[in-house]
Amino acid sequence: MRLVETGNHVAAWGARLSRVEVVSAYPITPQTQVIEEISRFIDEGEMECEYIPVESEHSAMAAMIGAAAMGVRAFSATSAHGLAYMHELLHWAAAVRLPMVMVNVNRALGPGWNIWCDHQDTMAARDTGWIQLYCADHQEILDTVIQAYRISEDPRVILPVMVCYDAFVMSHTYMQVDIPEQEAVDRFLPPFRSLWKLDLAYPFTHGSVIYPDDYEEVRFSMQQAMDNARRVIAEAAREYRDMVGGYHGELVDAYRMEDAEYALLAMGTVASECRVAVDELRESGYPCGLVRIRSYRPFPVAELRELLAPLRVALVIDRAISFGLEGPLFSEVKAAVYGNGGPSIHGMVTGLGGRDVPYDLIAENAVAAFQGKLPPGSHWPAVRLNEHHRLVKRSLEEYWKKEGVR
Amino acid sequence: MRLRDFPAEELFLQGSAACQGCPGSAALRVAFKALGRNTVLCVIASCTSVLQSPYPVSALNLPTLNMAFATGGAVGSGMTAAAERLVARGEFEEKPTILVWAGDGGTYDIGIQALSGAAERNADFIYVCYNNEAYSNTGTQRSGATPYAAWTTNTTRGKEEWRKDVAQIMVAHGIPYVATASLAYPTDMFRKFAKAREIRGTRYIEIQAPCPPGWKFPSSHTVKIARLAVQTGMWMLYEHENGRTTYTAGTQRIIQGQAKLLPVEEYLQAQGRFRHLFHPERDEKRIAAIQKRISDVFETLQFTHKMKEHLMDIEISPRL
Repeated sequence: MRLVETGNHVAAWGARLSRVEVVSAYPITPQTQVIEEISRFIDEGEMECEYIPVESEHSAMAAMIGAAAMGVRAFSATSAHGLAYMHELLHWAAAVRLPMVMVNVNRALGPGWNIWCDHQDTMAARDTGWIQLYCADHQEILDTVIQAYRISEDPRVILPVMVCYDAFVMSHTYMQVDIPEQEAVDRFLPPFRSLWKLDLAYPFTHGSVIYPDDYEEVRFSMQQAMDNARRVIAEAAREYRDMVGGYHGELVDAYRMEDAEYALLAMGTVASECRVAVDELRESGYPCGLVRIRSYRPFPVAELRELLAPLRVALVIDRAISFGLEGPLFSEVKAAVYGNGGPSIHGMVTGLGGRDVPYDLIAENAVAAFQGKLPPGSHWPAVRLNEHHRLVKRSLEEYWKKEGVR
Repeated sequence: MRLRDFPAEELFLQGSAACQGCPGSAALRVAFKALGRNTVLCVIASCTSVLQSPYPVSALNLPTLNMAFATGGAVGSGMTAAAERLVARGEFEEKPTILVWAGDGGTYDIGIQALSGAAERNADFIYVCYNNEAYSNTGTQRSGATPYAAWTTNTTRGKEEWRKDVAQIMVAHGIPYVATASLAYPTDMFRKFAKAREIRGTRYIEIQAPCPPGWKFPSSHTVKIARLAVQTGMWMLYEHENGRTTYTAGTQRIIQGQAKLLPVEEYLQAQGRFRHLFHPERDEKRIAAIQKRISDVFETLQFTHKMKEHLMDIEISPRL
């Protein structure tokens, strides 16, 4: 079946085809349509699922943990402030080793109130033990949600998975999507599996007080699971292509990298914009390619070392900032290829709070990077004092003068 | 139901890590006996997180999930929704009882939002607040349940505010069953749990849990203090269902005039946390204020009871 749908409705289709049985969610722009569509599926009898309209995101995640612990497939969707609000329980869900999938629509955090896209929200959830997969088109959202359950419930992994896509650019735009047959999805995605559940026949206690020596063992097992997930994510992508159809790369999605001497690295829709920039750069004589990171956790270390080794220059584009350092993706790409020779790596932070990232801005800065003209650290190409800033700054200066602030 | 009729099976096992005289472990024991084996437990951050014993052993012989502080109402909602699906799929013949076990910090303060949300959705589980009237697990700090004038480590001269009443807040949510219980009246507590088990929807049971180290009384006096709380009116036993409150056990006897309401001083003097009301000199003002609150409530209740009895004595024509 072919539909023209919003990214959010497509995510709901992903949950529906995955035969999710408990959904707990709280509305937040720009995620709301995901849960609206799921409610509609349930009301119209198209989905056999319990929907819990919780009173906060903290509770959304708590209810998901409760449901998954009972042994059913759970789903939620959130964004920005919602993700930040449930942060405590992101750690809990991962460390108690329960499989589940949540969609996060990447949105900026306030203040000031900003509902548009950047990746600051999920970057801040980087170290929670969740697998993070980033999508770049609507078909990929659908396919990744289904793959995410397969990855999350794989006995080698058993960690929760966050499927991320960009606010408005993807959540609210319409794109053509192929909805696979339920039977095909069922063949790809077996019924719910978990390492444990609350079993009346085997009354175990989970999550009680744990002493340092045991605690570190558990955390090490999570790291092992993340390492295993690299293989499982790749397998899931390939088997999905063969059994259901649809392929968007594995841990990374490489474009025109075969003969590349230069590369752009990005995640989400900026990577789509980079494709256009790559074509432009090739026309102007730069043999450039694109590495789109699909899996941010686990981080594609081996793939990057291989892809970046023969290059001269790489430019990493971050839609987030680790204040006091630089763009987080920039840092991590450098760390991944450290000691492996390879290219000189430059970083650029742009597109925060939904600021436009046109391909010509990317191409222009790529050329500067390729010629070694970008400053060290993260470069902020779009930042300048615009008219609002000048106006506000002038009136603030008047106020400071009046108050005697130096 | 007499004590000797309680089921012999122990679902709260020996060798827990509880303090001597711990009211939490005693309450768990009675609750488990009343609810039986077909129960799934969620323990919210509280003393019970610790007293169940650390990994890899456990005193809880029920499938148990420990959860973060502010999650009680939400985890219960998730568990019951999943159980609903498992019944629909035929994995469970009978839906298990979902029991969420939280302290007063996790109920009155950080967890009230999740609890209120669950109650508004009438999620099908039993929520228990075992109320030791402070953050005992972290060394006795004030909570929303700490009574007026009680010492805690951050109300060193006695709490200046009156406690809030979450049981009444739950009554206001219109859920099917709200009850209060006391360790000194275990048969009453057992009956309330057994009754709650048979009701669908959100059920709230609050147990007063006198904490020896937190309240500063000898660990052999837990039940004695619990009984004094009821006898002096500091803790009231009732159940609320179908829009009607019924007082039970010791509280009922006081209201019906079968027992005397003891002066609150007897309760206050038995605990170190109220010592500053009596030493170095008597704080008449605060003691009187506490007594007045209790006396006012009981006067009204006793009056209402008498009026009802009086009305029942009047012969009513069947035609009316």
